[in-house]
Amino acid sequence: MRHIVSVLVENEFGVLSRVSGLFSGRGFNIESLCVAETLDPTISTMTIVTSGNDAIIEQVLKQLNKLINVIKVIDFKETDYVSREMVLVKVSADEKVREEVLRMVEIFRGRIIDVSPKTYTIMITGDEAKIEAFLALIKPLGIKELVRTGPIAMMRGEKTVKMREKHSKGGEEDGQDVL
Amino acid sequence: MKKSGSHIFVEALKAEGIDTIFCYPGGATLNITDALSSSDIVQMVVRHEQAAVHAADGYARASGKTGVCLVTSGPGATNTVTGIATACMDSIPIVIFSCQVPTMLIGNDAFQEADIVGITRPCTKHSYLVKDVKDLTRIVKEAFYIAASGRPGPVLVDIPKDVSAAMAEFKYPDKVNIRSYQPTYTGHPGQIKKAMKLVAASKKPVLYTGGGIISSGASDDLRKFAELLSIPVTNTLMGLGGFPGEHPLFLGMLGMHGTYAANMAITNSDLIIAVGARFDDRATGKVDEFAPQAQIIHIDIDPTSISKNIKVNVPIVGDSANVLKKMIEIASHDKDDFKDYPSRVAPWIGETEGWKSKYPLTYLKDGTLKPQYVIERIHEITKGQAIITTEVGQNQMWTAQFYKFHKPRTFLTSGGLGTMGFGFPAAIGAQVAFPRSLVIDVAGDGSIQMNIQELATAVQYNLPVKVVILNNRFLGMVRQWQELFYEKRYTWTQMHYAPDFVKVAEAYGAAGYRIEKEEDVDRTLKEAFRNKRPTFVDVMVNPEESVYPMVPAGAPLREMLLV
Repeated sequence: MRHIVSVLVENEFGVLSRVSGLFSGRGFNIESLCVAETLDPTISTMTIVTSGNDAIIEQVLKQLNKLINVIKVIDFKETDYVSREMVLVKVSADEKVREEVLRMVEIFRGRIIDVSPKTYTIMITGDEAKIEAFLALIKPLGIKELVRTGPIAMMRGEKTVKMREKHSKGGEEDGQDVL
Repeated sequence: MKKSGSHIFVEALKAEGIDTIFCYPGGATLNITDALSSSDIVQMVVRHEQAAVHAADGYARASGKTGVCLVTSGPGATNTVTGIATACMDSIPIVIFSCQVPTMLIGNDAFQEADIVGITRPCTKHSYLVKDVKDLTRIVKEAFYIAASGRPGPVLVDIPKDVSAAMAEFKYPDKVNIRSYQPTYTGHPGQIKKAMKLVAASKKPVLYTGGGIISSGASDDLRKFAELLSIPVTNTLMGLGGFPGEHPLFLGMLGMHGTYAANMAITNSDLIIAVGARFDDRATGKVDEFAPQAQIIHIDIDPTSISKNIKVNVPIVGDSANVLKKMIEIASHDKDDFKDYPSRVAPWIGETEGWKSKYPLTYLKDGTLKPQYVIERIHEITKGQAIITTEVGQNQMWTAQFYKFHKPRTFLTSGGLGTMGFGFPAAIGAQVAFPRSLVIDVAGDGSIQMNIQELATAVQYNLPVKVVILNNRFLGMVRQWQELFYEKRYTWTQMHYAPDFVKVAEAYGAAGYRIEKEEDVDRTLKEAFRNKRPTFVDVMVNPEESVYPMVPAGAPLREMLLV
């Protein structure tokens, strides 16, 4: 089961390695990790895509919570959310496929952000399904290089991440973890 | 008035009430060493940095206070890693101050530079690199708070040499406020009620209790709760001393080398009440067959321990003492559920008594000098009142089995990491905390050689630590596995080139005794325990002896190999 997890952390040096080290040290999967400052410059958000069965995910969330620099952990599986990813892809653009590539980019609402006589560099954003579909179509035309941000996510509607005190989520209620 | 970083550091230690540190000097410590020289803080200089951490750890385990050590940069810092990992696995509050090369040299592969924050990240509860002297007091305050609160653990603070020289105002903060760290102490009342409903409905309950009982100071509450409802108690290795070892409700230790009664009680129980224990693999045996008929209540301060190895029915996050008090309250006032509870579980108690008398802990008495006999005598001579540390291996298991611990903080052993070489420096730390107590390290001939240089520390500071070496000329625990599972191919485990431990002790200026016959055990031990010097007692035990009962790795608890 794949999970997108958002982790609010203190924006300090060394925190990223604590989080990534936790994953490697405990043998958890990490598919992607994306970090940047939030509106509050003392806090960063890490968006992590991980996978595992329920027991493993429960451990991932709890172990993240246990880190001293972690302020809050949100598992997007428990809420409606929107997520987007950005991909930069450099493709062959010789005469045979030039038109075809342009058409694909247009259909998928991507943008050409750099051109050379033999290549296009395309930027495309969207949810994972859209990105995968685009890459599947463009692959036969010859991808030279690909860089992905990994997804970032946010709750749908008016809901925002509240900065509740940490201890209110380490507790267990009715046998369920409140995370 | 401004002070230098090193004087600020000393003032901060004083403000924390620290009276003793275990340390080893180096180039990077010079400023701090100099500042400490004019302070009242006792500075115990060890002979190897690993021992500084183990000694701070032993001091913490014995006293309940936070242990402190200070080492230099590079190799001084890297030497602490095993000690830090040991404390981390057993949740012991210590603060390790490592000195570091000056900030402008960090990352330059400077002389005696090591990224100790990076190296120890997986085995500390938290760590800091102090980049600015202005942060020093806040960081020291936070380090001590984090080390001792919630689930305790080691915290490392790395202080570059220029920071210890830089000037700043000293004002020690009186409060800590870490928004991202708020441990839960109070158990959820709804969960506690639910747990007590399960207790009320159970006919075969077992209290399975671990190191959390010791660190939360819950042993009195545990005894009250167990006696009130007449529930038998089994301890993990880390929990020994948390419940009186000769109490009629005590089943002994459970697990790989646990008692028959404890392992059978777990196997046949209908309710496990786990308190401050983490279902470690040495305790559970094959997890799929652990307590197959039981519902499980799990009380732990650390949510990550819950449902990590074993799925539980009622999790309660909170401090053991706190939650047990609430449970005692419910059991005392809820007459409907608990009035005749002890009589309801009487048949179960009868069953556990049966297991106890059918297969008590024992060993073959064949006239040779048996290590178990030595432990029994140590228990008898000290009346169970000594502080006992152990090394790791057979010596540790025999001590856990045959010495009956009555009080918490009297058994100091490396449970989680299983660190050979822990016991001797830990005994030194415990002796520093309790100068008047009898502190005994039960060692093996292999383990004692891992930190034998600390004899010099014990002699220098007149610490009359007693080391009883159960000398079987083997790395006994590994030998035992080779005997059972590798057709007696004793590869790497024969220790026929050990030194003469009596002479080694004497060479360092300590006392040394040797025991070769059973009839000499009492007389020599008494003499050794009476003298006021650091002492080695080299006991030439039967080298063939193995630790039983034994649950082979991967087998369920009910499948014990017995004597």
